[in-house]
Amino acid sequence: MKKLKADPKGVLTGAHYLDGDYALAEGALAAGCRFFAGYPITPSTETAERFSERIPTVGGVFIQMEDELASIAALIGAVWGGKKVMTVTSGPGFSLMMENIGLACIQETPLVIANVQRGGPSTGLPTLTGQQDMMQAKWGSHGDYEIIALSPDSPQECFDLAIEAFNLSETYRVPTFIMTDECVGHMHEKVVIPPAEEIELVERKWYTGPKDEFLPYKNDKDGIPFMVKAGDGYHFHTTGLTHDERGYPVINAECQDVQVRHLVEKIRNNADKIIKLEENEIDNAEVVVISYGITSRVAVRAVQQARKAGMKVGTIRLITVWPFAEKRIRELAKKVKAFVVPEINYGQMVREVERCVEGQAKVISVPHCGGWVHDPNDIFKAIKEASK
Amino acid sequence: MSLNEEDRLEEKNPLEGLLRMDRIPHIWCPGCGIGTVVTSFAEALKKSEVDLDKVAVVSGIGCTGRVAGYVKLDSFHTTHGRAIPFATGLKLANPELKVVVFSGDGDLTGIGGNHFIHAARRNMDLVIICVNNFNYAMTGGQVASTTPLTANASTAPYGNFEGAFSLPYLAEASGATYVARWTALHLRRVTKSIQEALGRKGFSFIEVITPCVTLYARRNRLGDGLNLLKYYYDKSEIQHNADTRTLDISYQGKLIVGKFVEKERPTFLDAMNEHLGRVLGDDYQLYGRINND
Repeated sequence: MKKLKADPKGVLTGAHYLDGDYALAEGALAAGCRFFAGYPITPSTETAERFSERIPTVGGVFIQMEDELASIAALIGAVWGGKKVMTVTSGPGFSLMMENIGLACIQETPLVIANVQRGGPSTGLPTLTGQQDMMQAKWGSHGDYEIIALSPDSPQECFDLAIEAFNLSETYRVPTFIMTDECVGHMHEKVVIPPAEEIELVERKWYTGPKDEFLPYKNDKDGIPFMVKAGDGYHFHTTGLTHDERGYPVINAECQDVQVRHLVEKIRNNADKIIKLEENEIDNAEVVVISYGITSRVAVRAVQQARKAGMKVGTIRLITVWPFAEKRIRELAKKVKAFVVPEINYGQMVREVERCVEGQAKVISVPHCGGWVHDPNDIFKAIKEASK
Repeated sequence: MSLNEEDRLEEKNPLEGLLRMDRIPHIWCPGCGIGTVVTSFAEALKKSEVDLDKVAVVSGIGCTGRVAGYVKLDSFHTTHGRAIPFATGLKLANPELKVVVFSGDGDLTGIGGNHFIHAARRNMDLVIICVNNFNYAMTGGQVASTTPLTANASTAPYGNFEGAFSLPYLAEASGATYVARWTALHLRRVTKSIQEALGRKGFSFIEVITPCVTLYARRNRLGDGLNLLKYYYDKSEIQHNADTRTLDISYQGKLIVGKFVEKERPTFLDAMNEHLGRVLGDDYQLYGRINND
């Protein structure tokens, strides 16, 4: 994995007062993103607006496409043209992108999509928050594949995780999602952007060997194939059909087996390297609150209240949502009494917790259907119930 | 082994350098016109002497969608209907590429119709080769946005009663700056049109009417591929610069072919560079000429 320093042109070094949507754009520009194709959708539009204003001054292209189907297709094309790319959307647009997210997975195309979540289903609550697309991020496109998804809890983290998302996406050649929400997207806070030389980037895994020996889908020793771009004289082929190392379609069960295992295992086998969690007072905890994004900030108050009342509560914030922190939850399931999982949906990531806990501890879901954040009291009551 | 046989074994396809010979034989039916259009495309590449390292082909899904898999260029087989936006991203990311979209009528103007009109509106610098066989062939001959009135299709078993798109009219009305239509038997003319399109900037659209022998022809009892190829050719009438409003195709009726539109208009990238350069002055980073990696 080759490391690079950020191009200072895209880095707005200094302390700023930004909302999460703007911070996403700044993070992407700092990470070297020079192509943005998108379609306006509340509550994510500010990111596109920021790109349209900033990108002409740093040498890149902003294009507002006719819809989200076109946006994601243009992104994939631009990656094969050599660019680092990003788009931003919300639930309805994320739904429209699903088919080509599958294409990006099977063609192993690195790209970043931020989903500033709102309440759903359908048009739902365009201006109000939600965390209801968490399972869609994992399973939304058809077929078996793995993706990476991160969940920032502040504008600062929108900036930081945008860079992280690009690095992960380049390392594993996989679509990487930033699953934020309306609250974080529209929240204004201080965002500190470091000097360019302090920003470490992962360079695309460019092929450098002999031209006639290049095979677009031959795995390197780390399990990830090398990449080339159109125009470099390789005359390569890539397809959305099940394919062999040459990138040629092979329509049979044997090739499908190799292909699917590769797409899934390149992420699962590296889960330990990918997953980032923020843990707090876990060692003596009897109850662990697992949350992510804006909900983790609301949970803080409930946890403080519970600790004041003498309960032993630890917290885990899922910075990486997918791949799921399976190993850690399995470890803790043997030690703690219960897990409390608040999230702004009717119970999505809690299913993953239940799967890993395997009945060894209590798992209490604290659902919220969207439109606003939890009342901390509801989380407190669940912690109290869990401590019994 | 006789001498003759040895000679034959050494015979090479004249287009070998341009085709992925390790993928031949192709999947197209005997009598299908797609291969003929690919031949014209390859001829056009040779004649125009473009740098083949800088030509990319993007296809969608369907019979013609398989073209990307057979041409020995940087070639992309994408999703149904999305070849044009994929090509848009590719072209904008690397403006030195000549990007050719090679796909069918259903892919480009049915499921992909919205992208087609918007890329034409932007005058995106793309060459669009649309093989029109009047039906969805890969899935078994269903009715399409191009099926002529009354023609039979597997999902129009009593005949088609929807109006069809006239593709040159749609292209011009949407902003295309080069529009031509031929039949697959107009080999030299198709080649020439592709050559012209490769040599110019802007959204260039070339429709090629092609028999679908296995489905459309059989279902409508129109004879074999060769007959239909000849029939389309005989029914065609060259009218360069014809008003694109007059180009509707009726069932087994007259086919007006020719080069209908050729005009200059700034492409998306030229307009972007010109406009942003003017408004932003020195703050603007000219795109695609100085910083292209």
